[in-house]
Amino acid sequence: MTTVEMRQVETAKPGRPWRATPRERAFAIGNFIAAFLLAFVLVKFTGLNGKLGWVFGFFFSYISISFVAEYVRSGKPAAQDSLLTSVSRFAVFIAIIPIASILGTVISKGWRGLHWGLFTQDMSQATVNDPITNGGMLAAIVGTFIMVGLALVFTLPISILTALYLTEIRGKFSGAIRFLVQAMSGVPSIVAGLFILSSIVYPVTQQYSGLMGALALSILMIPTVARTAEEVLLLIPNELREAGLALGATQWRTVAMVVVPAVKSGLVTAIILGVARVIGETAPLLLVSGGGDATNFNPVSGPMGSIPYYVWKSFLLGGTEESSQRTWAGLLVLLIWVMLLFAIARYISSRTKKG
Amino acid sequence: MSTIAPERGVPAPRVLVTKPRRSDQFFRVVVTLGGLTSLLILGLILIFLAYRGVEVIRMEGFALITSSDWSVVEDESGNVVSQSYGLAAMLVGTILSASIAIAIGVPIAVLSALFLEFYAGKKIRGFLVSLVDLMAAFPSILFGLWGFLVMMPSAEYWAKLLNKYFGWIPIFDVPAPVFTRSPFIAGVVLAIMIIPICTSISREVFSQTPLDRIQAAYALGATRLSMIRAVVIPFGRSGVVGGAMLGLGRAMGETVAVYTVLNIVYQVNWQMLFGAGGNIASLILLKIGEADREETNALMAAGLVLFVLTLVINSLANLLVGRLGKTGR
Repeated sequence: MTTVEMRQVETAKPGRPWRATPRERAFAIGNFIAAFLLAFVLVKFTGLNGKLGWVFGFFFSYISISFVAEYVRSGKPAAQDSLLTSVSRFAVFIAIIPIASILGTVISKGWRGLHWGLFTQDMSQATVNDPITNGGMLAAIVGTFIMVGLALVFTLPISILTALYLTEIRGKFSGAIRFLVQAMSGVPSIVAGLFILSSIVYPVTQQYSGLMGALALSILMIPTVARTAEEVLLLIPNELREAGLALGATQWRTVAMVVVPAVKSGLVTAIILGVARVIGETAPLLLVSGGGDATNFNPVSGPMGSIPYYVWKSFLLGGTEESSQRTWAGLLVLLIWVMLLFAIARYISSRTKKG
Repeated sequence: MSTIAPERGVPAPRVLVTKPRRSDQFFRVVVTLGGLTSLLILGLILIFLAYRGVEVIRMEGFALITSSDWSVVEDESGNVVSQSYGLAAMLVGTILSASIAIAIGVPIAVLSALFLEFYAGKKIRGFLVSLVDLMAAFPSILFGLWGFLVMMPSAEYWAKLLNKYFGWIPIFDVPAPVFTRSPFIAGVVLAIMIIPICTSISREVFSQTPLDRIQAAYALGATRLSMIRAVVIPFGRSGVVGGAMLGLGRAMGETVAVYTVLNIVYQVNWQMLFGAGGNIASLILLKIGEADREETNALMAAGLVLFVLTLVINSLANLLVGRLGKTGR
């Protein structure tokens, strides 16, 4: 009994030394308030103004005040450390501002232009300056679906074969091909358009069509899909391949029956990322797809519209309230697609990581 | 117990060969051919653009990149009287706006990456990382129109402020008070576009820093700053430079976002706050619709210049980024 009591007396209460003490917290809050006051003075008495002026004024004061305060309290190394802390917080904040602004503007200006006719009518009977209820994006949405779908058909075999070459065969060109795929991901989108123009449109078909748009898009899509596919293939444990071979399967059977089924969801992610990469691509489509106003289901002949083309046209040709509403509504539809694809890709990859 | 005579019962040893079956040989050939497609596509781009542009390149010679006069003069009946194609102004505009983008974007991106990797709590980090990745997936037309309609007025205000207080430095000077659609504004839009890419590459590079070295630095009593200076920066330097160059390549090849916020003027302009400049990609977009055969060829030559420029920069960038990791990212 006595020993137990003794031990209870001796045990220290568990502390949390990493937590901020009330004094430290008061110090941080004091810094914050002082910075706010200084920012107020700056905005009042210098050329800074507006929301951004406030933000910059506040961070400038916060950085300098916390530096000085730390210097007085704990000396030079601590002050320098706090400088990096506050500057990097500032940097993240600046990086976030445009995202918030883009999302906010597109949603607040775009939703007014949304109506059901957008998905059931095309622009063949309307101009961009007509009232918003005349005409819609049917041609654009159909065109984007057809072109991106076709581009996927061209891209998928090439990128999966490339990824398989890099991970399964590992031949003597591996290094070179990996390098080239990375170099290809830096090809400017307008160059892809020019290439299709110079190699197919001018010498062979002599007309703009959805197929040409799809070809240009697939040049931009291949590197994204191939690299993501390679990354997921590298995650497959080698034991799986060895097990396949040990059961007497040939290499191609192992790949087709074991490796590829194992990375199915990863390949879906690769496809989605590829689609998200090209769905908003504008420049090559402006060059080669023709961008018709009437709904066109035939990718081989006749100009084909697309969502980015629709947005671009309403932006360039317009100048009225209606055309601006059209532009923002088009951007909102595009943004929704991009976010949807992004969310699906996130969901799939988070599910595979857990499983 | 066995009564079977050995010469009859033991089967002949199986012949083991290392030569793959025919199905495997076929598989290997198909996959190798598929893998070589990227080489084929890059080669074809080079060949076709060069084939179309060679006439103009031969006609202009070095003037293609040293002269800044881009004009086609026609008489009344539509015959071309004189033509000259010089890209100097566009090249300068491309390099200037991309450099401004790097100068603004890379410090912000690297500091954000440091924050996300070493300062942020787990929840905030997850949220911010997906936000930045989402922004990397935004199409460029979104940045272009947002830049023109929303950001330009406030960027113009900052440009005026810069000019007012730093106007005595030559690059901040302007010949006339025209602040809209300047290389500076294009640079800011491009900076916003490359921040997500640079941030995620830098973050990935920083996350590969060996943990034992980080802990050793802390154990020796380092603050976060001195740990980052002594361990993270030396380890990640080449990766960060590579990420910045990937951003540079992206910024140079951007079309739509620059087209909306940069005036195309055929005159070399180094004064970044003045509303004149242009970049090769937006020149192509502007001219291709109305170009005749000869001018189209000149645009193909311009595309070739742009392609080679971005290819060189991207290759260097990939070499720098890849030098660090074994997995070759």
